[in-house]
Amino acid sequence: MADKKIAGVGGVMASLVDWVDARFPLTSNIKNHLTEYYAPKNFNFWYFFGSLALLVLVMQIVTGIFLTMHYKPDALQAFASVEYIMRDVFGGNIIRYMHSTGASMFFVVVYLHMFRGVIYGSYRNPRELIWLFGVGIFLVLMGEAFFGYLLPWGQMSYWGAQVIVNLFSTIPFIGPDLSEWLRGDYLISDATLNRFFAFHVIALPMVLLGLVAVHILALHEVGSNNPDGVEIKEKKDKKTGIPLDGIPFHPYYTVKDLVGVVVFLMVFAAIVFFAPEMGGYFLEANNFVPANPMVTPNHIAPVWYFTQYYSILRAVPPIGISQFPGVVAMGLSVVVFAFLPWLDRSPVKSIRYRGTLYKRWLAAFVVSFFVLGYLGTVPSNVWGTFSAETPLVGGMDYAKLVAQIFTVVYFLFFILMPWYTKKDKTKPVPERVTY
Amino acid sequence: MRNILISILLALPLVGFANEMVIKEKAPVDLSNHESLQRGARTFVNYCLNCHSANYMRYNRMRDIGLTEKQIKDNLLFAGEKVGDTMTVAMNPKDAKRWFGAAPPDLSVEVRARGADWVYAYLRGFYKDETRPTGWNNAVFDKVAMPHILYELQGVQVLNHETHELELVKSGKLSPAEYNAMVGDLTNYLAFMSEPAKLNRIHIGIWVILFLGVMLVLVKKIKAEYWKDIK
Repeated sequence: MADKKIAGVGGVMASLVDWVDARFPLTSNIKNHLTEYYAPKNFNFWYFFGSLALLVLVMQIVTGIFLTMHYKPDALQAFASVEYIMRDVFGGNIIRYMHSTGASMFFVVVYLHMFRGVIYGSYRNPRELIWLFGVGIFLVLMGEAFFGYLLPWGQMSYWGAQVIVNLFSTIPFIGPDLSEWLRGDYLISDATLNRFFAFHVIALPMVLLGLVAVHILALHEVGSNNPDGVEIKEKKDKKTGIPLDGIPFHPYYTVKDLVGVVVFLMVFAAIVFFAPEMGGYFLEANNFVPANPMVTPNHIAPVWYFTQYYSILRAVPPIGISQFPGVVAMGLSVVVFAFLPWLDRSPVKSIRYRGTLYKRWLAAFVVSFFVLGYLGTVPSNVWGTFSAETPLVGGMDYAKLVAQIFTVVYFLFFILMPWYTKKDKTKPVPERVTY
Repeated sequence: MRNILISILLALPLVGFANEMVIKEKAPVDLSNHESLQRGARTFVNYCLNCHSANYMRYNRMRDIGLTEKQIKDNLLFAGEKVGDTMTVAMNPKDAKRWFGAAPPDLSVEVRARGADWVYAYLRGFYKDETRPTGWNNAVFDKVAMPHILYELQGVQVLNHETHELELVKSGKLSPAEYNAMVGDLTNYLAFMSEPAKLNRIHIGIWVILFLGVMLVLVKKIKAEYWKDIK
């Protein structure tokens, strides 16, 4: 309650806060989520990426708003309007590069954030729902990136969308009608561009914001995990009820995250200002050619953050002429993350107390993620082809065989997880966090 | 339709760049060299801008390469355009397609699509090939529809099918060194035109990074100050 004796601006502020608090839970929310949200004090490098993901989300929304002021979602004008933004809109080139770099950096940050969850067992009981909401965010983010990539209406935009939408047409029976329904036309066209624009700027961002909100609400309900994977809520101060190893998120983690934010922004700015194409990985050269339905590019490759799944798609052999098995494998390779909380049977959460068996599987997974990611960016004959006389693999590209092997490793990491996490020799977990 | 597209998806990566030479030489791109850019702009307007447009490039953007509006009007505008207009051409794309077999692409962002090294090699890669409708072919763009517009300047090259090298069999008005310098300037201009604000963004970027460097020192101090109590 406001002290009536406080005079001046402070007094006015205090009574204003009281007025709001009587009508809206302002102070209690600030306490619950910031000043009295107790986070473990032993967060390390890996714990920067959650707040950084939030930062990138805000940047994408703000730069996106400015881009929509000048962009034209029209097949005849889209490409030109992007160049107009790049040349004639004041600061337009920086806004556009921030948005295109932001898309890639969103995935960098989210992949690191997910990896943190994996190595410290953040998806384990009682945080399964946080993880599921997170997987939801990841899926929506992929959709958001896919819809957004069509908008510049370059050759890669066009043919990338063509390829992805056609994946749906491999679904038995309903496939062709489904993909036509998605496109709103028999091929990617103005109708498709318009609806993708609607999905990209309003539909998916709303879903994304909702999912981010419940992701954070669920986190603040159960509390954060930490690099030791021990529950800080089990050891509380008897008098205050505050976890002994917990510190208020604000100010401690707000000021710590600020350091992470500035370092991240330095990397981000270096890309935006000095290398916005990132050697063709963030902005593909072929996307500077306007979309042309009559000319198929020599080599269609998705942007780097999708290439792992694209590799898996290409690696899985068709049944007859149907590519459906590859499409199913690609879908599974993303959705499988959702099952992690129930696949992991280890008595410990954190990699710090796991045995070598788990670490080897994790290393194999990381290697296959990168190898598949690389192979998805290049034509499958990049390393040459087996001669036709070779038994079993005659006529097959070397890279395709490698992609198949690593696809198997990728899935085995998940499929065998219940077995190797149980069998693994774990180390004793300390009572309190190590700091 | 569906099977065609799916097979495109899976077969495309197998299609290589057959018959095309490896690009060995780097293009002499230097966006701060205004004289080179101005020479390149003149060549562009005189030779390229008859068939190729640069629909996203405004003439007055060439103030960025050290020209005044008056210089642009006097030297680079020929057909009553305004200085704020974009570099359009009168040729109808449908006619062009009928005449050449392919409409000449807009060159506004060609360097970003192909790379400056490719453009530089392309401009020097024309050789005599009687099997082609125009009589010309190109070492980095096989069966190109474009004839060799600059052949009077470069002379005539032929492709030695054994060494896969181009050989000059008839000299043009320019020596090979002069020709290379000319198309080098042209490539430089095309690179500028593909992203006129490139140097500007790099200059801004240096200040942004310096600012963030100062910020980093400050936020690290704030962090250390708060965290000194945590044990």
